[in-house]
Amino acid sequence: MSDILFKNARIIDPERSIDTVGDLGVSNGVITDCGKLSNPEVIDLSGKVLTHGFLDVHVHLRQPGNTNAETIQTGTMAAAAGGFTSIVAMPNTKPAADTVGAIELLRRTSEQQAVVKVLPCGCMTVNSEGKEMAPIGSLKSAGVAALSDDGKCVQDHDLMRHIVEYAKSFNLPILDHCEETTLAAGGVMNEGKWSVLLGFNGISGASEELIVARNIILSRMVDWKIHMQHISVKESVDLIRQARKRGIKVTGEATPHHITLTDEKIKSFDTNYKMNPPLRSEEDRIALIEGIADDSITVIATDHAPHTTTAKMVEFNFAPFGIIGLETAFSLCYTELVKKGVISLPKLIEKLTKGPAEVMGIENFNLAEGNPADLVIFDPAAEYVIDKNLFKSKARNTPFDGMSVAGRIERTYVDGKLVYQL
Amino acid sequence: MKWTRKDLLTLYDLSGEEIEYILDTAAEFKKVSERSVKKVPALRGKTVVNFFVEPSTRTRVSFELAEQRLSADIVNMQAQASSLLKGETLLDTVRNIEALQVDLVVMRHSVPGAQSFIAKHLKCGVVNAGDGAHAHPTQALLDLFTIREKKGRIAGLKVAIIGDILHSRVARSNIWGLLKLGAEVTVAGPSTLVPKEFESIGVKVCHDLKEAVADADVINLLRIQHERQNASFFPSTGEYSRFFGIREESMKFLKPDVLIMHPGPINRDVELSGAVADGPNSVILEQVTNGLAVRMAVLYLVSGCVQK
Repeated sequence: MSDILFKNARIIDPERSIDTVGDLGVSNGVITDCGKLSNPEVIDLSGKVLTHGFLDVHVHLRQPGNTNAETIQTGTMAAAAGGFTSIVAMPNTKPAADTVGAIELLRRTSEQQAVVKVLPCGCMTVNSEGKEMAPIGSLKSAGVAALSDDGKCVQDHDLMRHIVEYAKSFNLPILDHCEETTLAAGGVMNEGKWSVLLGFNGISGASEELIVARNIILSRMVDWKIHMQHISVKESVDLIRQARKRGIKVTGEATPHHITLTDEKIKSFDTNYKMNPPLRSEEDRIALIEGIADDSITVIATDHAPHTTTAKMVEFNFAPFGIIGLETAFSLCYTELVKKGVISLPKLIEKLTKGPAEVMGIENFNLAEGNPADLVIFDPAAEYVIDKNLFKSKARNTPFDGMSVAGRIERTYVDGKLVYQL
Repeated sequence: MKWTRKDLLTLYDLSGEEIEYILDTAAEFKKVSERSVKKVPALRGKTVVNFFVEPSTRTRVSFELAEQRLSADIVNMQAQASSLLKGETLLDTVRNIEALQVDLVVMRHSVPGAQSFIAKHLKCGVVNAGDGAHAHPTQALLDLFTIREKKGRIAGLKVAIIGDILHSRVARSNIWGLLKLGAEVTVAGPSTLVPKEFESIGVKVCHDLKEAVADADVINLLRIQHERQNASFFPSTGEYSRFFGIREESMKFLKPDVLIMHPGPINRDVELSGAVADGPNSVILEQVTNGLAVRMAVLYLVSGCVQK
């Protein structure tokens, strides 16, 4: 692997508050002083942006258990195409990642097949059933970077309290899917005007709000980090905003789909608009964007949830929840947030790098010399039409096919190795 | 006007003009059923499949009879949505039906939008015979037909729909049809079953029966399902009846010429007393008769738009 010299790039590095046009060197997979490179490949990046590769704290790889929909290989190729150099793999595989063996299998397979860094996430409870605590200490020893029962939510508050306390002693962040199940029971879309008009059972926003409030209380009580996954309603944003002002260790993430789409889309009955939490109202969508702008929400994550076309080509109630997001996330956020002037480009990069790194407790997630050359290069001026048939992901379950967007990922490097090129 | 749709999926999709056109066509077909020979050759040589993925007796019989009176060839199929889920997909099932070169599929399904979903993938026509709580367009059309026949018009009438609006496809289709034809619509019942969100489309939402029906020209009473009681929407059918049922004594504060309607099957002494159901203001059985004419009209119109 020869040395590389990136020249004339707009280098954005939020952790170190850098936004400047300049050069960056890479030697042996590590960011290196440009003066110390030997016979480098020179790449001119005039007009392009160079940042640390993105970190997605919310990805479903489906291996083992549903490799018709996605594999570690295709999922990480999709990540690379989206500019993500590290992803957190959710544990709701089949079997679930609630044992040392499952984590070891994930790590070994990732070493062989993954093109980006896969950070394993272990279950909080056995088989994510919310009944008994998973072997959290052993999972940590096996290499998990976080805990989650994503897709499900521990309803027993005393058990949740003990999980958070126990996780604290192992320095593991909690990534929680916030959903009180009785208020969401039988629901397939947001409860509101459109569920009423279309005759679908609704998932009340209160089901999310209730668990966000519960988690804020437990985080304060136990003094440990709880990260709220895919926040979707205004009231949750308000609760997280207030809690953070009080110094409580909670964080929240927003997905690209919740900031670009609303539940009105479901009048088409297209199951690519079905996900959990569901698309909410315009008021909620705007509140999420406000939360991103004022740093109540510090993370953008995709909830990349691959499903086969067969699984999605059914009646709305019978389709599984979820859409893929790795390959569209950056362009959607750039188009919706930066081009519309809501936040600056460095702020968006922060939500894709520094914010998620803080959730995971990863230090030095920046472009300082000596750090791994996990890099993404994109063209902010490029406009294009999303074409799902060009995806690296095995899955095609996206509602964004055919949409015109701006900001295109051109190259992704992991440890100095080119893992994606447009 | 010229009818251009191969499917009838919802009244939301239709213009007021299209709805009126169906009603005008139904008026012609109603005369057929009043003759001694109750049959016309309008659909001779056409094949209609009645595909019911949810149990139905009344609607299925009405469609079957309508098809027979139009001289169509008929096949009846029933299935459980749950068994479809486990094996062949719905889309594969209907594609197999279509491969038998049928012209129309009349379908009922428990999931909102199921017919809209399959209609996008089929060349044959699709008539929605009820999709979950979403739509039941032929029921609403027969209600509109009955109102228009009795009152001479729809525009400007005050129509109150009483009962479990939340779970009712009949209510939703009636609301769209009535609004498109210029009626004033009020929905009423306990607030657990009558969501305020209907206000967003110009419907008055009310939780007091007397207020809802006092100046109504038409009262459409919906069936209250006992299982909703178990799901904590209201304490008992007895309490429901006390606050939201129409009884003989209610007639005192109603307009003397009010129409009492019900899509059936009625729960006597729950939504309405037997005396009201059988009384002079009730048009409940005429609705059933008109359903035949309306379904003949719909089948006739959509079949004309199915490509050979």
